[in-house]
Amino acid sequence: MSLRRLFRSPEAVAGFVILGLLGAMALTAPLLFPGDPLAIAGQPLLRPFQDWALPLGTDRLGRDVLAGLFHGARTSLAVGLAAAAASILVGSVVGTVAGFAGGLVDEVLMRITDAFQTVPGFLLSLALVSVVGPSLSVVVAAIALSAWTGPARIARAEVLSIRERDYVASARVIGMHPIEIAFREVLPNALPPVLALSSVIVAAAILTEAALSFLGLGDPNRVTWGGMIAEGRAVLRSAPFLSVIPGIALVFSVLGVYLAGEGVVESTAAREGQA
Amino acid sequence: MNRALRLLRRRLIGSIPVLLIVIVGSFLLLEAAPGDAVDAYVASVGGDAGMIEALRQSWGLDASPMTRLAAYLWALLHLDLGHSVAFSRPVLDVVLERLPNTLLLMGAATALSFALGTALGILAGARPGSARDRLLSIGSLALYAVPGFWLALVLTIVFSVELRWLPLSGMETIASGKTGFARALDIARHMVLPVTSLGLIYLALYLRMMRAGMAEVWRMDFTLAARARGIGRRRIVLRHVARNALLPLVTMLGLQSAQMLGGSVVIESVFSVPGLGRLAQEAVGSRDTPLLIGIILVSAVLVIVINLLVDIAYAALDPRVGANEANA
Repeated sequence: MSLRRLFRSPEAVAGFVILGLLGAMALTAPLLFPGDPLAIAGQPLLRPFQDWALPLGTDRLGRDVLAGLFHGARTSLAVGLAAAAASILVGSVVGTVAGFAGGLVDEVLMRITDAFQTVPGFLLSLALVSVVGPSLSVVVAAIALSAWTGPARIARAEVLSIRERDYVASARVIGMHPIEIAFREVLPNALPPVLALSSVIVAAAILTEAALSFLGLGDPNRVTWGGMIAEGRAVLRSAPFLSVIPGIALVFSVLGVYLAGEGVVESTAAREGQA
Repeated sequence: MNRALRLLRRRLIGSIPVLLIVIVGSFLLLEAAPGDAVDAYVASVGGDAGMIEALRQSWGLDASPMTRLAAYLWALLHLDLGHSVAFSRPVLDVVLERLPNTLLLMGAATALSFALGTALGILAGARPGSARDRLLSIGSLALYAVPGFWLALVLTIVFSVELRWLPLSGMETIASGKTGFARALDIARHMVLPVTSLGLIYLALYLRMMRAGMAEVWRMDFTLAARARGIGRRRIVLRHVARNALLPLVTMLGLQSAQMLGGSVVIESVFSVPGLGRLAQEAVGSRDTPLLIGIILVSAVLVIVINLLVDIAYAALDPRVGANEANA
């Protein structure tokens, strides 16, 4: 029922088609391009549509651009989803504890949240990666470090209203431990508005990962679209396609995430409005 | 004005704990960095084990973490942000030298995205649900999905490489000997592409917020009353709907500043604009952690100051603010 409503909006359909393609690229990358995407595949700086073995051409070192695009989808999607999951997890736990405990705990946690929002997120990610060293898990942690504050604030606001409800009071009366109440009764009910934010967080995470890789702070052993764009920059005049192609992939992926997310949020809002 | 002053004092006091947390966080990052200031210094200048020991002692690096944190706070109180290894100069001097360029870039980009975003938001919100509204909403979303550095590169390919209308990079023509108005014009020409790249990315935010705000105002009674009085649609849109939806966007200006500072890192790197963002990238490249942390601290202070100014502007624009906040 709600699925039908979801697919009535052309924007949402476009979003899911893009996400489906992105997912398919990520999953089939090791099957379609089993070799190392960082290995040399042919003559360097081959233009697109010249050689059908290398449809999108090669970069400065003769690496297959199409293989890079597929393997890059893997990195983008993995980092985007992992970073969003981590920031939603951390954010909702911090927000729940702050909202449910109240008092000094709330004050301290919210001031920490303020502090994280005061420092430009990208600089924070940059600093963490440069101090610890670039690897996939560090990049995920660095992005989550600057993205957990939004979920934390929303979860806290939600918890503040939920904790006054009757079922929370009855949970107290039957002698449930406050921690149990917070995480088994309150948190699950505070999650929906936090999850509504997830598409924005995934999209931002993909963009941040791309920017970090562009500055040379991505995992050096993996192909990333940001890294490919940076690679192409050196030959921007003679072979602009090297920077343009992975960028288009990035724009479509992020747009797909936005559109799909907006579609889901709107169809659930419409359902709630009808009920 | 008394109201604004009270607000200012309250916000200033409120920002002290936040700044303290940022400082402690910076200290922890500095501690976590492999090697310390002496290692970095010796790596660039050279020295033997005895000299390393002496330096560690004189820089207080052999003390306990708490003592070092206290020393760090004490130094910050005296505006001593440490010594940049890469530049062999005090961090604060290097940072302050680059700050004006970033402020110029951010200011112009904010003006561009605010003005254009609001105008397009009014166009979209004038008739919610219309084809124009849908087109603008999708277009702004697409723009928001574009990575800033990639937009910068594409604009460079089109306007600097192909059309040769605008300079490729830098802040001004080096050793051109230009002064006064000619120099200002030269800088403006160099800033067109960086400002456009940075401004276009954040345009969507203002557009969407303006549109959403207007959709809400359309539903209010006074809009209906204005229509009932037979006031023209254009006048209702501009004088009644847009005007009331505009105020929340002012808050966005402040909230946006941190994000824009982050965004300026890649934009400045692409266009070689000698600002804070490019400095951050240089600090990462030369493993100059004290400089990087210094940039973070200065950015945090900058964000706090910008938000203070926005709060005051908001209080001046909306008499309701502060009046009921006085006892909050």
